[in-house]
Amino acid sequence: MAEVLVLAERSAERNRVRRATCALLTVARRLGTPAAVLGGPVEPASLAALGRFGAATVYSVPAPEMTDHPVSARVEALVQLAGRRPPAAILVASGREGLEIAGRVAVRLDSGILSDVVDVTAGPDGPVAAQSVQHGAYRVESVVVRGTPILAVRTEHITVAPAPVTAVVSPVRMTFPGRVRAVRQVGRDRVEPTELSTAAVVVAGGRGVGSRAGFDLVRRLAAALDGVPAGTHAAAEQGWCPAEMQVDQVGTIVHPSLYLALGVSGSMRHRTGMHGAGTIVAVDSDPQAPIFELADLGAVGDVHRVVPELLAEIERRRSPTPEPEE
Amino acid sequence: MRIVVLVKQVPSTDTRLAFAPDLTVIRDAGPAGLNTADWYAVDQSLQIAGQQPDAEITAVTMGPAGAVDALRTALVLGARSAVHIRDDALHGSDALATSRVLAAAVDRLGFDLVLCGSATADSGMSAVPAMIAERLRVPALCFADRLEVRDRTVEIHRDDGCGDRRVLAATPPLVVSVTERCGEPPYPRFVTRHDARDKPIQVWTLATLGIDPAEVGLAGSACAVRSATPRRGRRPDCDVLAMGDPASVAVRVADFLAERQFL
Repeated sequence: MAEVLVLAERSAERNRVRRATCALLTVARRLGTPAAVLGGPVEPASLAALGRFGAATVYSVPAPEMTDHPVSARVEALVQLAGRRPPAAILVASGREGLEIAGRVAVRLDSGILSDVVDVTAGPDGPVAAQSVQHGAYRVESVVVRGTPILAVRTEHITVAPAPVTAVVSPVRMTFPGRVRAVRQVGRDRVEPTELSTAAVVVAGGRGVGSRAGFDLVRRLAAALDGVPAGTHAAAEQGWCPAEMQVDQVGTIVHPSLYLALGVSGSMRHRTGMHGAGTIVAVDSDPQAPIFELADLGAVGDVHRVVPELLAEIERRRSPTPEPEE
Repeated sequence: MRIVVLVKQVPSTDTRLAFAPDLTVIRDAGPAGLNTADWYAVDQSLQIAGQQPDAEITAVTMGPAGAVDALRTALVLGARSAVHIRDDALHGSDALATSRVLAAAVDRLGFDLVLCGSATADSGMSAVPAMIAERLRVPALCFADRLEVRDRTVEIHRDDGCGDRRVLAATPPLVVSVTERCGEPPYPRFVTRHDARDKPIQVWTLATLGIDPAEVGLAGSACAVRSATPRRGRRPDCDVLAMGDPASVAVRVADFLAERQFL
């Protein structure tokens, strides 16, 4: 069976193989023999995790460029590996860096790229990808008809399943052209976000929050997710939050990558101010609330009981004690 | 500084899409407008032009006759001139073919900075900015939440989630895609609306760009759509609601946030 190249990533803080990578390996097994491509040295824990999900080979690229110029170096690595032995497909986790890598590799290999992939099956002439179009309003099935299929997969839609093999490390020596160094990281912005209209993460509270004291949960969750707290007109009119925090068509219109709605029913007025958010998560006690029509994940429950549990869970996951990955 | 802004007319997300028998989206079927992120791209180009008096802003779009409305909007917002790439052979182009055409147009215009919105709302073409950069062999700074142009460097601020806010820099010529978080564009004044009528819109074809029609469109695309099925509701990805005791619901939410890299 032909190899399927999977771009593997480890989390920066704990150096563990990400769940997204396990999901890609799960999908890759349907198309051929998975081979993981990993930047940096491979330590035993990563090798075991990759093998557990079916990576027969782990191409380790130890070059410093993989850390300093993550996008362009990964493009070079994938292009060079695909040139040595043509793979059945190249799988990348969809995300800001993943999309850029997938797009550049597609141009370099003159191969078809499919993004927003939510499921993959093996077809008679290569992978058939199910794509989620217009925020999931359509499910589109596509195939690649030229070159190596390159799939940018939204891994949260994939159910991870292990299939253990013994992974073999294959160190890859490669030279990088000078242009991989064109984009430099010049710093990290440590300023706390405060501005609602440009915030990447917004946590909003609505009538279901119930009181000024209850609104404290909104502020605490916003702080935990490094976001900005906001309120609906109901919360602002009750005086639970200041009017500047109001999100709707007369308040602030927001475009965050994550919008977390707590006790928000989702009136038309409020939805106008936030429907452009990338990912919407809603927590409300009424399963019929209109906000759930917009939400990527809906959680039915009392805000006052779910949010403290969520804060504790976030705290637990960030604590330094290592815990076994699923 | 020569700035090229890539814009796109997209069907309104409030209405259902209509598909032709060849499974392409019918673009003149319903209300359409300038892709939201492109408003911000045009506005950012104006802000750069405000600091650099020699800046020249050209808006470029590719699409059927109706796509000219995206250019008109860009001209009203303040672009100096516009180019409409229009050719029947372009119908059904995938990301690879689209990037080929746009890169050729940008190359023909000459550029220091290519600006575009970071995602189009209709077709999952979010990799196109990076693909154009690859074809032009220049760096790309994608998903900019803030954009600053200094003397000889362009800097972007990008929020990668989990409080990881990176500052990336590169030297022009380059491609930058901006998000809708880089500042609300102001409403155009009447004078600029009026002036926009006199601004030129050129029409280019594949012949102008020297591209073989066999390399683009449905026939020249590397991807093919097999089926398109509407699904219930507006975001039917959300088929199942997380229910149960608060602790398990919280774990489910935390799992979801971790998967999308917010934790």
